[in-house]
Amino acid sequence: MTLHAGGTGVLRSAPARGLLLLGLLAALVVCIAVGFAVGSRDLSLSAVWAVLAGGGDPEARAILLDQRIPRTLIAVVGGAALAVAGVVIQGHTRNPLADPGLLGVTAGASLFVVIAIAFFGITAPAGFLWFAFAGAALAATIVTVLGRVAGGRRDSSPATLVLAGTAISAVLAAISGIILLLSSSTLDVYRFWTVGSLSGNHDLSQLAPAFVFIGIGLVIAIGHGSTLDALSLGDDTARSLGRNLGRSRIVGLTAVTLLSGGAVALCGSIGFVGLIAPHLVRLLVGPGHRWLLPFSTLVGGMLVLAADTIGRIIILPAEMPVGVVLAMVGAPAFLAILVQTRRARA
Amino acid sequence: MTATGEIRPLQRSVRIGRVSAIWRPRAVAVAASAVLLTLAISILALGIGDFIMTPDRVVATLLGQGNASEQLIVLTVRLPRILTGIAAGIALAVAGAIMQTTARNALASPDLLGVTAGASAGAVAVITLGGTASASGFLREVGVPTAAMLGALLATVLVLVITGRTGLSGIQPLLVGIGVSAFFTGAVSWFLISAPIKDAARANVWLTGSLNQRSWPEFWPIALSILVAAVVLVPLAHRLDSFQLGNDIARSTGVPVARTAIVLIGISVLLTAVSAAAVGPLGFVALMAPHVIRMASGTTRASLFGAAAVGAFVVVASDLVARTVLAPIQLPAGAVIAIIGGPFLVWLLISQRRKTSL
Repeated sequence: MTLHAGGTGVLRSAPARGLLLLGLLAALVVCIAVGFAVGSRDLSLSAVWAVLAGGGDPEARAILLDQRIPRTLIAVVGGAALAVAGVVIQGHTRNPLADPGLLGVTAGASLFVVIAIAFFGITAPAGFLWFAFAGAALAATIVTVLGRVAGGRRDSSPATLVLAGTAISAVLAAISGIILLLSSSTLDVYRFWTVGSLSGNHDLSQLAPAFVFIGIGLVIAIGHGSTLDALSLGDDTARSLGRNLGRSRIVGLTAVTLLSGGAVALCGSIGFVGLIAPHLVRLLVGPGHRWLLPFSTLVGGMLVLAADTIGRIIILPAEMPVGVVLAMVGAPAFLAILVQTRRARA
Repeated sequence: MTATGEIRPLQRSVRIGRVSAIWRPRAVAVAASAVLLTLAISILALGIGDFIMTPDRVVATLLGQGNASEQLIVLTVRLPRILTGIAAGIALAVAGAIMQTTARNALASPDLLGVTAGASAGAVAVITLGGTASASGFLREVGVPTAAMLGALLATVLVLVITGRTGLSGIQPLLVGIGVSAFFTGAVSWFLISAPIKDAARANVWLTGSLNQRSWPEFWPIALSILVAAVVLVPLAHRLDSFQLGNDIARSTGVPVARTAIVLIGISVLLTAVSAAAVGPLGFVALMAPHVIRMASGTTRASLFGAAAVGAFVVVASDLVARTVLAPIQLPAGAVIAIIGGPFLVWLLISQRRKTSL
């Protein structure tokens, strides 16, 4: 289970990394501007600016304030949360194949959304938020407790946690699966939620709790970097470096739950970002979490925003959901980057 | 080592000619009970359905002493379905055990190689785009399995070509597999949300993995590939122990690591692709069976034979539960596998802890 087989990344020096971080930030701002302007009805940048300044014509105001600004915010925050959650869970389990859904978060959220559709008749995405978050929290709690019970008295070892998470995720997904098999009207609503569509009007005040959870999760995760570095040396070394493993585990898993639970509540289940964003960033700046965490925040946010923007214009007049774009455009891009970095190193 | 300097081996070994193996009574007992359980559940499953038969009647019918209707129900209707389940369980579990050992990663499963996603994309494309909502059995019989096989082939070729450019170091092959899987999974989601709900629901049944209406045409391809796998694996299986120790140690013990890994992963791909084309993805078997046999028998890696027995048992048991629990509704077997297998895995995790901490 070597996490850091990829060497120390393309960029070695701190100034180069700092510059790139600033560059990424600028790129994110450009992406946000493009995200505001582009869609089935393109707006000029000056029209966007007029609305942001408080004026603009009513149509542009409606498009921007009700749709594009909220969905841009959702995409950036959701993507950042998933990427950081991916870094934390991969660091804690020392397993590069771990994704933010490993703690059962995605499966738990999905099950509760399925229940909301099937038994409470909820069909509007805004209504799913609390269900998704409750399911995520419940599943993560079960997995964490099981991991501790099974892993011994002091600490849940990563191997046990990984297996407990896989098993619980599978069971929860199976229950959702059975409900979906028996009720095709539920499947009809669920299939659109699960690909993570961000289209339609959004009321940011309804989504505020998810943003708060993700904000807390991000703060915890960024402060967790040095612990993750210590954990990457193995549990025993981390302990001898003075880390309280039990407490670190709880802190890390709480951050993952807040981040991925919030992200799933905001954007639906788009786990691929959380799995690959950390790998992309590791190719750039190596395995140290001091750089990995901030870079992943930016890269994750940018990936989801770019995917959402592409999805708006790729099959006009229809929209391609962000999850589908991430997979069908993002995956080939990811593969191309894998091939390119190999060539750069050779 | 005793005080007199006499060396006593910690573990006993068995030797037949040039072949020797460590004698692990617990592992053998666990594997034997898994085989017996599979036999028992199969005989039970052969007797249960619309027409219920006692196990002794089932055995009598299998031995050729049943009456005409018993022969029809057991030998023509239920036996091929259950044999298909056994074969699929064996194929997936062996593929999973190979992947977990060669990648040395508890989360590695053949699904990460892109084959399953490719097969799914092929099948779902035919189901949703083929305009088959009203289609006859012909398209189901020929169209979907063939499309699934083509999808699996396409994914395999993609993974091979791209891995050829990224190299085999570290987890590169798995990352390539994850990327290819994600692409095909995205395609599946796209087909699912673009299709009329009726087609999407049928595609969802296929994606769950099912033994409904499966018979000899589905059984033989899996059985043949298991045979091929067995012929290749028997001389290679002992090298898996070296893999468990890491590539460097494996190399220093004289194992040609790259060549062996390619052959082993190739076998894993073959088994997964054939099984997915025949019965659908049947998730979780490949991941679960090796862990179950490893923990139950207290060994460091899953024995292929034991994993195969567990896989067969889980698929047959799941199918039995799936078609009886909500009768007359027949759930697909894949819907139940995790509900049976997941808690079992958790129970093993917890009970293993008690043993080691006492």
